[in-house]
Amino acid sequence: MSGGHQQHPARVVGHGHDHDDHHGHTHADHGSLKSYTTGFILAVILTAIPFWLVMGKVIDKSSTLGLVLLAFAAVQIVVHMVYFLHMNTKSEGGWSMLALIFTIMLVFIMLSGSLWVMYHLNHNMMPGMMTDSSMHETVPESMQNMPGMDMSTMPKSHDMHDMPNMQQTP
Amino acid sequence: MSDLTMNTNSANSPADPSARFYVREHHPENGTLLGFWLYLMSDCLIFACLFATYAVLGRNYAGGPTGAELFDLPLVAINTSLLLLSSITYGFAMLEMQRKRKGATLAWLAVTGILGACFIGFELYEFAHLIHEGYGPQRSGFLTSFFALVATHGLHVSFGIVWLITLMFQVKRHGLTPENGRRLMCLSMFWHFLDVVWIGVFTFVYLMGVLP
Repeated sequence: MSGGHQQHPARVVGHGHDHDDHHGHTHADHGSLKSYTTGFILAVILTAIPFWLVMGKVIDKSSTLGLVLLAFAAVQIVVHMVYFLHMNTKSEGGWSMLALIFTIMLVFIMLSGSLWVMYHLNHNMMPGMMTDSSMHETVPESMQNMPGMDMSTMPKSHDMHDMPNMQQTP
Repeated sequence: MSDLTMNTNSANSPADPSARFYVREHHPENGTLLGFWLYLMSDCLIFACLFATYAVLGRNYAGGPTGAELFDLPLVAINTSLLLLSSITYGFAMLEMQRKRKGATLAWLAVTGILGACFIGFELYEFAHLIHEGYGPQRSGFLTSFFALVATHGLHVSFGIVWLITLMFQVKRHGLTPENGRRLMCLSMFWHFLDVVWIGVFTFVYLMGVLP
């Protein structure tokens, strides 16, 4: 964007009206028929395959299938960003890309952090935890025990039998 | 900006043009688009929070129905193709706008709006069906997070359609002015962004929701 300004200083001083006319061929920001159709065909393929995988029950193992689906979604999001939203490092002088990277970082921290915390919460809030932590005097020791608080330690607790419906994983 | 220019003019001789300089604030010319992009990024955070909620609560069925029992994948496939088609028809509208063809732009915008309305129609049908069966948002944590996420997306699409209709009237009345072009660019970003969010919804909620 800033490069375009220096090439046409008259436009900076003057009105922004003819800006939109020149915008297209200086940066190809609006895209072309080719970019839209390419993006559309890629998007259709990347949409059809996940639906086919799930509806046709192609992959039996659901954890593998889940990862494959997420991978397809990630690729399709990139395709949409590039071909439909016309993201590149030059648009808006790089600021939109910077905002995007910042947002992706925030989203990643927020998503992974939430899942991490909630997964461990489900484990650490198990009834056996209460008796275990009361046995240990200091907090650091009970903290050290937390990663080991899996199901192998659970049967020691007598409270477990009252809670058959406890959710294990998110 | 104007203050600085005046100060330098009064300090130096106004007759000497070389002594004059202008402070040009170097900001992007179409700051609206960047600002709108920042709005979209903040919107992205809202959706990310809703996705995180669904990721945490999505398997808490509370003895109620699971995703595999509720989701109608052919309907989701239709919805997905509708939204994808509306994305490319909006792209065609933008291309026609570049060629300054008002009628064709309006026609493609109308097609986009109809496709979006069909999407909303199918989604409302799905919601009404679920609630009628007694599987409303209050049934389980899974359904709460499902309704929150999918309905927020649907609400965005609905407002997008309202915006689209407004812009169609604007274009019809005032033609493809630079202002309208800028507005159409913003809506274009909004519309494609919603399609990007929908990729996450159909993958994470529907397709992964029916997995055993």
